[in-house]
Amino acid sequence: MARVRRRGRVVGAVLAAVLGVSLAGCSSTGGKRAEEERAARTAGGKAAVHTPRWTFAMVTHSGDGDTFWDIVQNGAQQAAVKDNINFVYAHDKEAQRQSQLVQSYIDQKVDGLIVSLAKPDAMKDVVLKAEKAGIPVITVNSGAEESKAFGALTHIGQDETVAGEAVGEELTKRGKKKALCVLHEQGNVGHEQRCDGAAKTFKGEMQKLYVDGTNMPDVQASIESKLQADPDIDAVVTLGAPFAPTAVKAREQADSKAEIDTFDLNAQVASGLEDGSLGFAVDQQPYLQGYQAVDLLWLYKYNADMLGGGKPVLTGPQVITKQNAAALQEYTKRGTR
Amino acid sequence: MSTADAPTRQPAPSGGAGDERLVHRSLARRLMSRPELGSVVGAIAVFVLFSLVAEPFLRPASLSTVLYASSTIGIMAVPVALLMIGGEFDLSAGVMVVSSALISSMFSYQMTANTWVGVGVSLLVTLAIGVLNGVLLTRTKLPSFVITLGTFFMLTGLNLGFTKLISGTVSTKSIADMEGFDSARAVFASHLTVGGVDIQITIVWWLVLVALATWILLRTRAGNWIFAVGGNADAARAVGVPVTRTRIGLYMGVAFAAWISGQHLLFSYDAIQSGDGVGNEFLYIIAAAVGGCLMTGGFGSAIGAAVGAFIFGMASKGIVYAQWNPDWYKFFLGAMLLLATLLNAWVRKRAEDKS
Repeated sequence: MARVRRRGRVVGAVLAAVLGVSLAGCSSTGGKRAEEERAARTAGGKAAVHTPRWTFAMVTHSGDGDTFWDIVQNGAQQAAVKDNINFVYAHDKEAQRQSQLVQSYIDQKVDGLIVSLAKPDAMKDVVLKAEKAGIPVITVNSGAEESKAFGALTHIGQDETVAGEAVGEELTKRGKKKALCVLHEQGNVGHEQRCDGAAKTFKGEMQKLYVDGTNMPDVQASIESKLQADPDIDAVVTLGAPFAPTAVKAREQADSKAEIDTFDLNAQVASGLEDGSLGFAVDQQPYLQGYQAVDLLWLYKYNADMLGGGKPVLTGPQVITKQNAAALQEYTKRGTR
Repeated sequence: MSTADAPTRQPAPSGGAGDERLVHRSLARRLMSRPELGSVVGAIAVFVLFSLVAEPFLRPASLSTVLYASSTIGIMAVPVALLMIGGEFDLSAGVMVVSSALISSMFSYQMTANTWVGVGVSLLVTLAIGVLNGVLLTRTKLPSFVITLGTFFMLTGLNLGFTKLISGTVSTKSIADMEGFDSARAVFASHLTVGGVDIQITIVWWLVLVALATWILLRTRAGNWIFAVGGNADAARAVGVPVTRTRIGLYMGVAFAAWISGQHLLFSYDAIQSGDGVGNEFLYIIAAAVGGCLMTGGFGSAIGAAVGAFIFGMASKGIVYAQWNPDWYKFFLGAMLLLATLLNAWVRKRAEDKS
């Protein structure tokens, strides 16, 4: 019994200590307060139109807890608020289940669908089914080649090959000789296109490295061992923003001189560009992909308008270097870039 | 652990006249001792929940989508349940499905063969993988968890390595324009329209497999062996049960279902992504466990696994119909697993106390 009482006292003491420290140790920078101040400067608000409250559903191939798709969602939600849209979202990285999700939105008779076609073959039937059911479909992010054939109204995204070529050119411009392309999602055709595009325009030698993107320590260890094994590598290209800081850590561990460059953007990448630990980033503006998809569906329902003239509407690539990173710092922090 | 007496035979569903030890037990008592009771209660609860909160859930088209989602898990959950009753695990079941699809697709494409040839080769190779799992297990005496974890990683690597080596990309090339594709699609990936509602053929396969597995478990000698091996392998061996053969057979069962699922993937989507399938093995195990299969072996049923898969299908799609935030889906799944297994344990205890 005495032990139980003592344990109670210990717990009490720990709780008191935690409370005391958290009250006494206020931070004058960052944290929740800074976030709230930032939120006051974002575009909140209410619907700007009086169209009926349509339901638009978005189904992507994102895994759980993906930062990139979070920004896409932010954009979509922003547009949904403005256009008086009920916006619903679901995702699954497995092609079969992604198509089942689309099917379940067709069953619900939503007013519009936004679908990513990372695995086009698996999505074909269900996208055609949506059109048969009279639901307008816009494809986003991946699947520019298939979008039209599947009968989607338009495609919003970045041509991955073009983006890859931009990276290859930039690497050549920077005088790199041997680059490593880090693929973090096995089976993603778009990722392969990025690396192949970069290899096409890059004058040096380009190698591919497959890593498990859901397991950060593993990503770091893989890049590290690759850099140790091949000291000639002078550039590492990651295909997602969260992997760039990891590659920086791997570079330090491996004592390598390689420049780290990345596709996509987040707060860490923006500050990495700022302090010179990263070379450049190629952004495809995910916020725009979500925002435009919802907005274009609204325009289509309201006014039968469609952008793109039958060609994909490109949201990238936008090469970001030290010069233009400063302005983006704040935007990345609030989750819109 | 189950009791060490002779293999516990499940009461036959029709009147239970087969076993005199069960004759004097009341219907309620017999129901209480059924392994799937807990999951049926759970399924009703989940069904009622989504019927109330999600307006589109009860539409025929929605239910057909839910059944389809359930069947893609359920086809695999059936042999996985049998395997668990036999006291073993298979962690390679998820990627084996994709392996099977890849083999079929690439063989047909590279050999420019009729797609049925690829389907046949895929069956043989997938069964061989199942045999390998079983032989490794019985020869090495290592736990099946370790053995199949090894084959899981090996298959994941082989899927990617071979696909890149042969196709040059991470996904296979289209075989939709090859001979035999249409007839194979009809068998593995067609859908029938019944009263204006699409019924995917996988649902039919699923129900057939459930019926077959139930018959094996309750009406054949092999079924008795499975219960015996899972309950107490040494005791079973002592009374002449072919333990090694039974275990290898169970792994072949998993391989056979993986082959069906794999061909379904291939013929419904035509191109296969080599990285898919990872993690699905746990869904099959969850479905079987929710359906009343014990982790320790010797107890469970194929019907229970089917109900478990149905709960899974309802939950995963019901959340979409209810327009809930899908971020919470995995939490929901885990909580459901715990509740169902607790309920199962409680029901079993009640049944054992009274019998």
